Amino acid sequence: MARLYEYQGKELLLEAGFAVPRGGVARTPDEARARAKAVDGPVVLKAQVFVTGRAAAGGIRFADTPDEAATVAAEMLGADVKGQAVAELLVEEKLEIASEMYAGVIVDDAAGQPLLIFAGVGGTGIEEIAAANPDKVVRRHIDVNRGLRPYDGVNAAREAGLTGKTLAKVGRALVHLWETARRCEARAAEINPLVVTGAGEVVAADCRITIDDYAVYRHPELGIEVAREFDRPPTELDLIAYNVEKDDYRGTFYFVQLEQGYSRGDGYVGFHGAGGGGSMMSMDAVLAEGFKLANFCDTSGNPPASKVYRAAKIILAQGPIDGYFGSGSGVASQEQFHSARGLVKAFREAWLDIPAVIRLGGNREDLAVEILTGYTQSLPAPVEGYKKDDPAGFCARRLRELVDAWDYAKTHERLPEEPHDADYSFGTITGGTVSYDYGRCGECDTKVCIETCVPGILELDDDGCPRLNIPLEDAAKGKCTECLACEVECYARGDGGGKIHLPIPGLAEYLKARL
Amino acid sequence: MAILIDEKKKTVIQGITGREGRARTALMKGYGTDVVAGVTPGRGGEEVEGVPVFDTVAAAIEEVGEVDATAVFVPAPLVKDAALEAFDSGVKLAVLVPDRVPIYDVMEITAAAKANGARFVGPNTLGVLSVDKAVMGMLGGRAESAKKWFRPGPVGVSSRSGGITSSLAYYLNKAGVGQTTIIHVGGDTVVGTRHPDVMLMFEDDPATEAVVMFGEIGGTQEEEVAELIADGRFTKPLVAFVGGKAAKEGTRFSHAGAIVEGKRGTYEGKVRALREAGATVVDEYDRIPDETVRVLREAGIAAGGGQKGR
Repeated sequence: MARLYEYQGKELLLEAGFAVPRGGVARTPDEARARAKAVDGPVVLKAQVFVTGRAAAGGIRFADTPDEAATVAAEMLGADVKGQAVAELLVEEKLEIASEMYAGVIVDDAAGQPLLIFAGVGGTGIEEIAAANPDKVVRRHIDVNRGLRPYDGVNAAREAGLTGKTLAKVGRALVHLWETARRCEARAAEINPLVVTGAGEVVAADCRITIDDYAVYRHPELGIEVAREFDRPPTELDLIAYNVEKDDYRGTFYFVQLEQGYSRGDGYVGFHGAGGGGSMMSMDAVLAEGFKLANFCDTSGNPPASKVYRAAKIILAQGPIDGYFGSGSGVASQEQFHSARGLVKAFREAWLDIPAVIRLGGNREDLAVEILTGYTQSLPAPVEGYKKDDPAGFCARRLRELVDAWDYAKTHERLPEEPHDADYSFGTITGGTVSYDYGRCGECDTKVCIETCVPGILELDDDGCPRLNIPLEDAAKGKCTECLACEVECYARGDGGGKIHLPIPGLAEYLKARL
Repeated sequence: MAILIDEKKKTVIQGITGREGRARTALMKGYGTDVVAGVTPGRGGEEVEGVPVFDTVAAAIEEVGEVDATAVFVPAPLVKDAALEAFDSGVKLAVLVPDRVPIYDVMEITAAAKANGARFVGPNTLGVLSVDKAVMGMLGGRAESAKKWFRPGPVGVSSRSGGITSSLAYYLNKAGVGQTTIIHVGGDTVVGTRHPDVMLMFEDDPATEAVVMFGEIGGTQEEEVAELIADGRFTKPLVAFVGGKAAKEGTRFSHAGAIVEGKRGTYEGKVRALREAGATVVDEYDRIPDETVRVLREAGIAAGGGQKGR
């Protein structure tokens, strides 16, 4: 997630020269005791979670002695604050507060410039406080090349009505805040409250920093696990999905779990969109039919079939969804049969027992729908495919009809897996393995693998079995685009000699743990 | 007439030797764009689709003369340098196709464009297409699809979603409504050209008689368009749709721009602002073409073109 915890933000502020309370992070009661001992005075213990209004939810507590800090920490660690489990506490000196202010640097989308906001008032409910005191709120754009100079900070403090030593200290603090935001490429860096202590020091009592997702790659020092903004820590499936996407730059795959803990019959569907706007429009259509979304997912930008396959596997791994809905803008520039093949492989492996409706409108849509529906006939549940002239609303209604008519109590026996010998195999760019059972290939009359291989890297050997016409290493470097034809087309039209294994790290363990 | 681009604009393609660059050079040339040069450092002297390749934009200009526009297909971390290079060489329009360009890079590009009196579209854009004249970016994918999907007529199209840009034009054609220019403003939060900018350009374009806009939750672009209408600065009929009605507050979907933060940028707020200003807001995406036909008829505008799409 591209949001930093309070303690991470404060470490960055400290590096920039900003004053922050003395203290640090604690993950056990003993660590909390040690932190309190080092502070040598009353401390505050703050749950490190991504929610606002922590104080009212029991996420901020106080302790006078190190032993009390340990006791309070024991109560707080593992507790739930607004739905998030507390794993870390920030233990720091309790400030003696004379007054509270607000300071922020945010990216102003409309202006395409950073915006400094400083208010001589602050604290809980800053929006209302600022609205009630317009003369104390200063906003000024920052020239991204020029930056904020010391006198700019002082002028901002002066405009907000500050005077004397506080004016000078706040002026400097604003420059440090800008430097922090610029250095870590923050979309927003906010300090609320910015406190003036009884001793006249200007200290950051809290800190919220959000990093630009697209810049995370050049900030390994921030230790961000998933470069995406979540309003909660990522779920196990979010992480599995993110790791699929992380190293595969062909097209994009975005997955976020929206709900967990529901049961079959609760009306949740697995959602598989294509393209941001098309996904959003399709999502609205499926919700209008009274469904709820188990997840949001988007595979677009001309993704390989393998990426669509992995996305579908992850969507299906969520468990008791009532249906599967796929739809994009309706007129995709990309060739849609790749997506169709990815879905067919995933649906077959899952032995799909819930209705699926997929809208595959766009280039090569006729072939795409033929593959999707033709190759899933043997599955227990109905799979319907639609094209660009079928509106998303219509497709959502079809899913509603199928779900209402479907008997979820019935169990469906899976066809036994046929034995497969890997007589010839090669690796793919995402760690997959393509293998052929030459016993089957030799008998096969269609040789459909040669004809349907998108990159055209297969040829027949003297026995009429497929092999690469390029070096193995080239296939593994990406010449094999993982179009999945030599499994999906082979299974449907050939003798089933081709098989592709595409690993999804963590998924098998996830499914095992859920059972 | 059209906005931003036409067949007369001399265009370079930065990143022409890459996978996307090559494919879209074929699209742009095939559709009618005047592609005069390509740029990839270290590849000067080569040719792509008959287009000469140079090491820098300046080197290209020395050879082919002044250019008007650039389409950028370099990897995201290099987009800033490519855009600044183009602006420094006097290019006044840049279409930045790549996704995932860091936001501080985009802000530096914004500052450079301003300093040079230039404009950019994107990043994270499928580009701009003026029907039967020229395309910059990757709208349509291939020239033959672009020729089939987009038909001339009186409607300008502006969208925050790439896929939807093509989709809207296709469905409008099916309903018999052709277009002047269609533009994907980009899916990111900070982009060079936003819906309100596009509306002002369409206002000044005599060929554009009405506009269809695909908005999304998040940001304030749609609210600003409503202000332009209310202030009388945009006076042509506007049919608008806002995607993301069902989004939960605080959830970020795959468009970085589509995040709902507090009360700002909500579906309800955008729809209300647009309706109060007098725009036609369509609730269901599938109804956009029919509503556009109705709005054109009531305004006495001939729909033109259209219907040639399959």
